[in-house]
Amino acid sequence: MSVDVWALIALCAVTTVIIKSIGPVAFGGRALPPRAGAVIALLAPAVLAALVVVGIADHDGSIGLGEEAAGVAVGGAIALRGGSVLVCVLAAAVVTAVLRLVL
Amino acid sequence: MPAPDPDAPRTVAPTAGPGAAHPAAGTDPDTAAPPPHEPLDRAVFLRGVRAGVPFSVASGLVALSFGTLAVDVGFPVLAAIAMSAVVFAGSAQFATLTIVAGGGGLGAAVLAAVLVNSRFLPMGVALAPSLPGGPVARALQGQAVIDASWAMASRPDGSFDRSFLFGFTALQYATWVAGTALGAFGGNLLGDTDRFGFDAIFPTFFLVLLITELREGRGRGVAAAGALIALALIPFTPTGVPVLAASAAALVGLRRRGLPDPSGTQGDAS
Repeated sequence: MSVDVWALIALCAVTTVIIKSIGPVAFGGRALPPRAGAVIALLAPAVLAALVVVGIADHDGSIGLGEEAAGVAVGGAIALRGGSVLVCVLAAAVVTAVLRLVL
Repeated sequence: MPAPDPDAPRTVAPTAGPGAAHPAAGTDPDTAAPPPHEPLDRAVFLRGVRAGVPFSVASGLVALSFGTLAVDVGFPVLAAIAMSAVVFAGSAQFATLTIVAGGGGLGAAVLAAVLVNSRFLPMGVALAPSLPGGPVARALQGQAVIDASWAMASRPDGSFDRSFLFGFTALQYATWVAGTALGAFGGNLLGDTDRFGFDAIFPTFFLVLLITELREGRGRGVAAAGALIALALIPFTPTGVPVLAASAAALVGLRRRGLPDPSGTQGDAS
């Protein structure tokens, strides 16, 4: 390995702390205007939808639907019917594992 | 084990006392005084811990993979554990490992981590008004943001329940570091965890949160736009960038008069 591991860890830690600090430092201590509040309230659906899509994309970055997409769909269907988070994630994992076993 | 309530932070009653409720809705933009903040609530913190259990099982297993992989790539055991302890950002850690394993240099590996972590920028901006204290105190509290805790702690009015956020993240931190240590010391105990379908847990968790969010009747178009933006960028960019770009879909909120109210009568395009 050609990289200094400890330098890598230090730099990753410092940049992560800086990135997570920028918002709280620059925008804290005051109320945001209502329009900014409306944007913030819509951030969660936008970010969550993207996290779902990124999560079921193939690990090599290509867009393809694998067994985990079917598992996630089953978990989502259970959520729509009022299932708890735990039941949803367990069902998703089981469906994915079974599909990988048989396909 | 009781099933955690995915809607927990949204049902948190404001702490008793005048000014305890977050005043984001209806704040007069001309009087931009700092909002009063809720004190840390132990019961809500513990509720955050409990809500984090299903997610922590998954992140613990992913951490196990990280510990194993890091040692395989050439990290000393202590370095693998230290990275999880001080960086605490799973996607970024895997991204740097991928670069290093492929023979990439220090700059490329750190740049990958920065790009993957860039999604925390809009999350931090959103969280900022809900954090009390001076800049240093707010920056410290901002370190508790991870995808799931941020989403779980968000309230419909755009504010965040920091007690819940801290509780949720505390459990993830413990399982992340412990899982890494187990993987780094013990080697590949479980083999390829993907065969157990564990990789379906994270996206399912986020999907359940999204469904809860959309049940309240707002943000469906924004969610669809966010998904499409992410889909379009996935083939060309590192993991964090599609999520960062998707957050831009929320800018449609600028066209609205104010925060959506529970009756759904507000928030029409102006």
